Amino acid sequence: MAFIDKHKILERRATLLLVVSLLVVTIGGIVEIVPLFFLKNTIEKVEGMRPYTPLELAGRNIYIREGCYVCHSQMIRPFRDEVERYGHYSLAAESMFDHPFQWGSKRTGPDLARVGGRYSDEWHTQHLIEPSDVVPESIMPSYSFLAKTELHYADIAGHLKANAVVGVPYSEDMIANAMADLETQVDPDSDYDAFQERYAKASVRNFDGNPDMISEMDALVAYLQMLGTLVDFDLYNETENLR
Amino acid sequence: MKSGFLTLVIAALAVLALGAVARSSDPLLVQQAVLVGAVLVLALVFAVRGTAKEMSNDTLAKSGWQGVAKKNTPLWVNEKYSDTVVRYGVVATAFWGVVGLLVGVVVALQLAWPQFNIEPWLNFGRLRPLHTSAVIFAFGGNALIMSSFYVVQRTTGARLFGGILPWFVFWGYQFFIVLAATGYILGITQGREYAEPEWYVDLWITIVWVAYLLVFLGTLFKRKEPHIYVANWFYLAFIVTVAMLHVVNNLAVPVSFVGIKSYSAFAGVQDALVQWWYGHNAVGFFLTAGFLGMMYYFVPKQANRPVYSYRLSIIHFWALIFLYIWAGPHHLHYTALPDWAQTLGMVFSIMLWMPSWGGMINGLMTLSGAWHKLRTDPILRMFVLSIAFYGMSTFEGPVMSIKSVNSLSHYTDWTIGHVHSGALGWVGMISFGVIYFLTPRLWNRSRLYSMRLVNWHLWLATIGIVIYAAVMWVAGITQGLMWREYDPQGFLVNSFIDTVSALHPEYVMRMVGGLLYLLGGLLMAFNVFMTIRGGAWDQQEDGGSTQQTDASAAPVAGAGAGNAAIA
Repeated sequence: MAFIDKHKILERRATLLLVVSLLVVTIGGIVEIVPLFFLKNTIEKVEGMRPYTPLELAGRNIYIREGCYVCHSQMIRPFRDEVERYGHYSLAAESMFDHPFQWGSKRTGPDLARVGGRYSDEWHTQHLIEPSDVVPESIMPSYSFLAKTELHYADIAGHLKANAVVGVPYSEDMIANAMADLETQVDPDSDYDAFQERYAKASVRNFDGNPDMISEMDALVAYLQMLGTLVDFDLYNETENLR
Repeated sequence: MKSGFLTLVIAALAVLALGAVARSSDPLLVQQAVLVGAVLVLALVFAVRGTAKEMSNDTLAKSGWQGVAKKNTPLWVNEKYSDTVVRYGVVATAFWGVVGLLVGVVVALQLAWPQFNIEPWLNFGRLRPLHTSAVIFAFGGNALIMSSFYVVQRTTGARLFGGILPWFVFWGYQFFIVLAATGYILGITQGREYAEPEWYVDLWITIVWVAYLLVFLGTLFKRKEPHIYVANWFYLAFIVTVAMLHVVNNLAVPVSFVGIKSYSAFAGVQDALVQWWYGHNAVGFFLTAGFLGMMYYFVPKQANRPVYSYRLSIIHFWALIFLYIWAGPHHLHYTALPDWAQTLGMVFSIMLWMPSWGGMINGLMTLSGAWHKLRTDPILRMFVLSIAFYGMSTFEGPVMSIKSVNSLSHYTDWTIGHVHSGALGWVGMISFGVIYFLTPRLWNRSRLYSMRLVNWHLWLATIGIVIYAAVMWVAGITQGLMWREYDPQGFLVNSFIDTVSALHPEYVMRMVGGLLYLLGGLLMAFNVFMTIRGGAWDQQEDGGSTQQTDASAAPVAGAGAGNAAIA
């Protein structure tokens, strides 16, 4: 067996074995992953995507911290039942600013890709405080501490800056105003025109109903309420974006 | 002076943690440093005690108290191989195994009855990564490191390379586990499945991993055999591929160097594929290639037969490592990942069935001529069962990677069941077998404390897995079908919460399956502990595991065709 004799060359040289193994395992990744960064049709052309507001970003970080992604997906598949249950199937463009992505892999609870605007702020707050109050059969843990915990946002500008480094189009203006913008978004009495100019369609409300404190609940509800609301599907051309 | 070195390292780490706290305004980092600091202080106490003991032993030996020194001669004096680090590894593997399984039972309990969530630290969302990491990285990782250290010495005839380096790998790895675990409880996570630890933990484990590669490769360089035995190919490929996957998947920009948070270098669809390229090959290389290395050494040893086919092992090795890396996109079927990538992932996943079963055949057929041993040897039975589960889950995997099957199974508990038949069946069983194989040999005992307990462990674990997998099939398919159920008028029949409450009985049963498996693990821990203490409980009914007590023998030389590499 000639190939066995040839293989003996590898079996006798540890470095060669190491190098050849490494080469063999890199091929798949290069062929599958690298084109995604260069093929233009990987991410659809859409109207409406913008970076997260500072408050939404802080809320997203709480979503990640609490491991929401282990039970909730954010990726609606193009099936009749999913589209009827959750809304338009998810586009790649909708997570183009997500570092990291949160598509999830398991639906112990429902998909959240388009949960934004489906329920009221009060519903979300109460649901997070005690899920079985609003959904009696729910097996979700309670997150009542979020309403009592003050949001830590002293370093929020740094978070925007780090996102800018990895490619999210946060402008200098956005970074400079990060802290003020965060406080503005929970205060409907403030002057929020400049804020909304920076972040189109961002809603300004007191999300947890408690005006005395900017809580982690404010941030998380703000994030949940904007999920899936950015892309304007009236303007979305499906046939143009077929892949 | 190993313990003295260790004491210094721990003290240095403690100072580092303190420094980070002093400079940081990040509340989570401060909390973690306090937790880790407590663990370090505990470790420091033990390390100082160890050093004191070692020093007094040295003094006794030097002052001519040969009698005392001889009587107390520790196991590691004048050993041909560096096996103490392997002994530590065996204990660590058993310990983390029990911890990981226990957390698994707790999260199963939480899914059945949400009242068992204790916010904020012990909520399901924080405990689930703790469970997966404890089982994969703490239990599996320790099993891989300790078994590779054992195997590479036996198959090369050389001591571990690097002096203190193997100890750095062992303790560095335990420190990584503590960092990751305390982080999860506090909510420090990157939000990437199976890669949850944040950037500073990632950097630390990279250093430890490079040291691991150096020890392994260095030992291969020192080998006294011309050939590198097949088990070592798998170990080597596992170490180097995991390094590649880990580094690429964890590329991130930290917000601050004294803060916990970082942002992934990739976004959205690219991030998803990088993550699942990593995630699937955590299965492919961490939980498969590395454990196949175990199979190629310990199964022939325990059966006292040569590996079935040398040619098959060559094909198995190269085909497996080449094909596995492509399979990641099957985790992203029907998502926003472009179709071409999904289809490519599916095709390669189906092809992967072949090398997987090639490996299974090579492992099982190693028993040809020794099948009768299954009647009397529960450890061999464990190995065979683990290979059988490997075959089952590597058949189920390709089936689930077919897009139309995946449209039903994805997002449901079917996936969870599949993972567990692989993790509990293949990874768990083979690791238990290895622990049972190694414990009497490493502590110079003629036999295990009890072979009957091994048998109990085997059956508890098997029944536990069967319950778990069967119940999760039912749960997954139920939920998948309920989600897409329409009434004759064309309306969806079930609200989402209907599909949750329907699964309650299955979730309870799953917890029972897990509990049985945990019980088996506890029996093992007890058996290992009692074996190390010495003594025996039951009558040795048969040859069992310990007939060949010569732990230093090279792998079995066989009469079969092409066994040159094993001789």
